[in-house]
Amino acid sequence: MNITRKGFLRITGFSLVAVTARRFLGAIGERVAPARKARRWAMVVDIGKCLQKEGCIKCIAACNKAHNIPVFQDRRREIVWIWKAQFENVLGSEGGYTPGALRGQPIPVLCNHCDDPPCTRVCPTQATWKREDGIVMMDWHRCIGCRYCIAACPYGSRSFNWSDPRPHIAELNPDFPTRTTGVVEKCNFCEERLASGRPPACVEACPEKALVFGDLNDAGSPVRELLRSRYATRRKSELGTRPSIFYIV
Amino acid sequence: MRDQGVIYAGLAAFLGLLTFPAWYNAAAGKTAKPPEVRLPAQEKQCVAPVDYMKTSHMALLVNWREEVVRRNVRSFTAFNGKTYNMSLTGTCLSGCHTNKADFCDRCHNYVGVKGPYCMDCHIDPKLVARSRP
Repeated sequence: MNITRKGFLRITGFSLVAVTARRFLGAIGERVAPARKARRWAMVVDIGKCLQKEGCIKCIAACNKAHNIPVFQDRRREIVWIWKAQFENVLGSEGGYTPGALRGQPIPVLCNHCDDPPCTRVCPTQATWKREDGIVMMDWHRCIGCRYCIAACPYGSRSFNWSDPRPHIAELNPDFPTRTTGVVEKCNFCEERLASGRPPACVEACPEKALVFGDLNDAGSPVRELLRSRYATRRKSELGTRPSIFYIV
Repeated sequence: MRDQGVIYAGLAAFLGLLTFPAWYNAAAGKTAKPPEVRLPAQEKQCVAPVDYMKTSHMALLVNWREEVVRRNVRSFTAFNGKTYNMSLTGTCLSGCHTNKADFCDRCHNYVGVKGPYCMDCHIDPKLVARSRP
């Protein structure tokens, strides 16, 4: 093949331009590509639907199984991620004028994954912190068991492992770690399930679909849809923690 | 040096006693040998080269831990381009080292590593299968 000096220079020039352009476009692409997942996970609890089936604890059972939660007979050692509490203790009694249908009824409660969580602020080791997607996470590797977070949480959402939980777990789930003596634990909004695109275990387990989960920042999400059509309230809103758990009364 | 004989005999006995473990083992044919770990049968390549894993598996696992827990990153791209789910129980112990006792424990026991306390919380999948048929 014969190549002229001019032809050689032309090819070299075009190649250089092509390589540079590709690099340039790549760099721009990189800057644009990772669309920030500006999510804020939230849950809406439809109390009416939840109360339909009396004594149903499927959400609690699913959570306990998914997260290796031990069962202690001694209530002082109790570990809970999602549990049921009396309506008045969850949303207040408004001077004792709670409607009869709600009085003393069991309402599901869990970590509120507050927008301004007091627990993370007091943690001396940053073992608990708020993720960008709104989940208040726990790093059990880092927890030193000082229990400041338990004192700071206005909702009593955190439990402490006073003893080795392993012997008290009914059925071990190898996909999730157990905890150890001396660490605090709480609901993690099933972040390990969200990572693989699955909804939280409690949401999936609810037969009445009373727990609705979604992205609060997405106007089309099922959570926002519900909040648009129904009036919802949050626990202790006067504290300004801005919980991510909404209750439809 | 009146007690030459006694002193030298004593010294010899002392040195003999001091080196007793060495020559006793040599005589018994038990020279120091590395622990026999059982390598996974089905998989030939680990998530990193063997030499790196031998010396630095703990660093790799700590990095995995930080990535998953604190940065919510779960996919690990290995040196050979393969991607793995960063999970001690899900990847290491389920896929390859299905027998922790024959792999992790053998070496850890050999070198006298008391910790780490990974397994205080993370569950050996085999243990669960055995205890709950």
